[in-house]
Amino acid sequence: MSELYDVVIVGGGPAGLSAAYSAYKNGAKKILVLERDRELGGILQQCIHNGFGLHHFKEELTGPGYAGRCIGLIKDKPEVETRVDTMVLEVHEDKTVLAVSPTKGIYTVQGKTVILTMGCRERTRGAIRTPGGRPAGIFTAGAAQRMVNMEGYLPGKKIVILGSGDIGLIMARRMSLEGCKVMADIEICPFSNGLTRNIVQCLNDYNIPLYLAHTITRIHGKDRVTGVTVAKVDNKMQPIPGTEFDIECDTLLLSVGLIPENELSRSLGIKLHRLTNGPIVDQHRETSLPGFYAAGNVVHVHDLVDFVSDEAEIAGKFAALDAQGKLPAVQHDVAVEAVNGVRTCVPQHLSLPEGGEGARLFMRVSAPARKVTLEIKQGDEVLLSRMLPVVKPSEMIAVEVPAAITAKMTGSSVTVGLKQKEA
Amino acid sequence: MDYFKEADVVVIGGGIVGTAILRELSKYQLRSILVEKEPDLAIGTTKANSAICHAGFDAPVGSMKAQTNVRGNELYHELAEDLQLDIKWCGSYVVATTDEEVKSLDVLLERGQKNGVPGLKIISGDELRKEEPNLTTAKAALWAPTAGVMWPFGCAIAFAQCAVQNGAEVIRDCTVTGFVKENGAVTAVTTSKGTIKTRFVINAAGVYADVIAKLAGDDSFTITPRKGEYILFDKTAGADLVYGIVFPCPTKTSKGILVCTTTHGNTFIGPNAQDQDSREDNEVTTPGMNEIIAGARKLVPNLPMGAAITEFAGLRAVSSTGDFVLGETKVPGFFNAAGTQSPGLSSAPAIAEQLVAALERTTKPFAYKEKFNGKLPVKKAFIRMNAAEKTAAIKKDSRFGRVICRCETVTEGEIVAAIHEPCGALTVDGVKRRTRAGMGRCQGGFCGPRVVQILSRELQIPVPQVLKERQHSELYYAKFPVKEGK
Repeated sequence: MSELYDVVIVGGGPAGLSAAYSAYKNGAKKILVLERDRELGGILQQCIHNGFGLHHFKEELTGPGYAGRCIGLIKDKPEVETRVDTMVLEVHEDKTVLAVSPTKGIYTVQGKTVILTMGCRERTRGAIRTPGGRPAGIFTAGAAQRMVNMEGYLPGKKIVILGSGDIGLIMARRMSLEGCKVMADIEICPFSNGLTRNIVQCLNDYNIPLYLAHTITRIHGKDRVTGVTVAKVDNKMQPIPGTEFDIECDTLLLSVGLIPENELSRSLGIKLHRLTNGPIVDQHRETSLPGFYAAGNVVHVHDLVDFVSDEAEIAGKFAALDAQGKLPAVQHDVAVEAVNGVRTCVPQHLSLPEGGEGARLFMRVSAPARKVTLEIKQGDEVLLSRMLPVVKPSEMIAVEVPAAITAKMTGSSVTVGLKQKEA
Repeated sequence: MDYFKEADVVVIGGGIVGTAILRELSKYQLRSILVEKEPDLAIGTTKANSAICHAGFDAPVGSMKAQTNVRGNELYHELAEDLQLDIKWCGSYVVATTDEEVKSLDVLLERGQKNGVPGLKIISGDELRKEEPNLTTAKAALWAPTAGVMWPFGCAIAFAQCAVQNGAEVIRDCTVTGFVKENGAVTAVTTSKGTIKTRFVINAAGVYADVIAKLAGDDSFTITPRKGEYILFDKTAGADLVYGIVFPCPTKTSKGILVCTTTHGNTFIGPNAQDQDSREDNEVTTPGMNEIIAGARKLVPNLPMGAAITEFAGLRAVSSTGDFVLGETKVPGFFNAAGTQSPGLSSAPAIAEQLVAALERTTKPFAYKEKFNGKLPVKKAFIRMNAAEKTAAIKKDSRFGRVICRCETVTEGEIVAAIHEPCGALTVDGVKRRTRAGMGRCQGGFCGPRVVQILSRELQIPVPQVLKERQHSELYYAKFPVKEGK
């Protein structure tokens, strides 16, 4: 017989920890968090820079500091059990979870509900098909960050970064502070994919050139990286012949995107969204499989851990209520469709009770724009509009939709999109 | 003269051919030594190829390629269990997509039958699609039931381990620099580690075989490296691709760009065929990748390119003679096992038999060892164990309960075992080829740093000395010293 829990949480990063705390606050009596690494906190533990927590804890924290806060909230709660060095091998539709650890061996536990908080992984060189050799010295930025910040070794001394995602930008500064020379950051898009504050604080402050609309067309080196060839790209992101130049380096760090880790979700048959690569969820963060919830980067890649915690608290709350049989009765379902410049919106649908329910929408736009109006519409009727001075694909937009508005959603779908401000 | 080692036979090259020969030699009362210039076995052509145990209908009737391929395929069927070779006997299809190609299948069928390939059959496109539904463009196919897809580096390492268990020796990081001759016959091999006295030398040096032969005084052939590039997909893409091995109709220079799903469920496409001067250049190129994508699309129109996880290239050792170069040379004591491009992997165990026979022809037959042990100890990947086996493994060594590579579910216990087994892993890629840690969709993003630390701990070397693969492929550096401030 496997031990029964109200809520079993797969992954002990910020999403899993925040979900556990919220499940506790909402009445769950037996909560289990399973974490594969040697300690709780997930990737935050290697993010030793600051800038975390301003929204969620109203205080600026480092990554380990933020993780410490999350751990502190559940530490002395007998209702919450955490197990590290524990890998979840399988999750089944009956909510049994097969796990393995050196101390407990192979075992199953069962949840009344399960929350999936596996986070994401980094896109690799293989996924973007960068030509050239396969020498040592090519790392994803996060793997390099773990090595330098947690293990105390340098991935290299003369560094080129491909991609301008936040981890890449943070690593540009980190490597500079370690005494390394960061030669350049190469970004294939005509705009950066990182937060503006990171472009300023991590590249500009260290005089690191950012080559927008450029890419790497060849990696040189047989045993260790010796350099890269860089070329300008056209508007279809294809290298323009004749624009190539070489940069000497011993290391290439890749910051070319993150992919939600949904292998368990996929094996469960949970429906995933084509663009977010994460489970399709409602405003409670319940997936297509009843009783399975998901939150954080496994649902869609966030840029702020604060929003991860916010989302995980939603999932934790409703998973706890579900486990206690206290979920509000759903009256009807409304699809939320991203249109007109909004690329993705989570949740993808709302399971609304009588009288509506407040919901928080997280959106990403397709391209940068200024002075736009975000509109939530039912047919031609504008239910909610919000003026936004600047929008960027790299910065997630969060909008609270009050119950009074969702109560008006009587049809089968609403849209969220941008209305360009008329000149 | 001071000798570093003394042997009866020195095998040069630790790829699939050299290791298969070493294993064959280890059946006899001979002192056999294999020298490999790299820190690990199986890192030349053996590590980057189509991994197919061909049935044997491609090579011209009567050629060494044809003979050894059909025999080699038979031997792999026999050896698979004792050596626990990871081979999926799925059979292969050659797919015709035009009327002209349909006709060419008859030529292959006839040649295959003359080569002695069992069970060949031409089937219709509809029959094919019952097994491979994504091959929407196929009109007919040649079905070869004896073909399989194998784990080539695992096979080479198993051959070497079997040989070592029977008294042979493997010396890595050992580069051949020349030969000592007396009266025109080879009597010793000089290497970067010292001189090895020997009666026989077998040259299985892959793309360097002609260079080695020339050093010994044999200039009867040259090798042209022919590059082949590949793209490998995540396991999740398999359902959109193929279950087994699917070839297009062959061209003059190669068997064409195929689509194949490996023993571990990853599908790959490739290779192209590009002759080049460099014996080292295994870079992937944009034109090369475009070529194999276009080629594979002829067979599977809807390739899930978003699920690609890595690209790599290998060099085939193409001989100027048009066939394998096997056996005696004009230099007494010096033998070749060269030019072993495809079907070299499939032929390797048969090439080994040929070489031992060739050695015996120049002297008297070798005496068998009384106690040759052809079985390797049972070793099962954690992911392939059933629940009871997993529990038992963890009970015996708790490190089997710690998953290091999450994509492929490889445990610390397996990694430590791979480091300490005979011919064990000394590098990160060595661990990868023995355990699959780092071969999954994150390509070592998560487990890479941990594997480095395990290697450092088990080999008792500092982290900055841990190699990715070859010499000078260090992965990490020590931090810069902190300057003391006043």
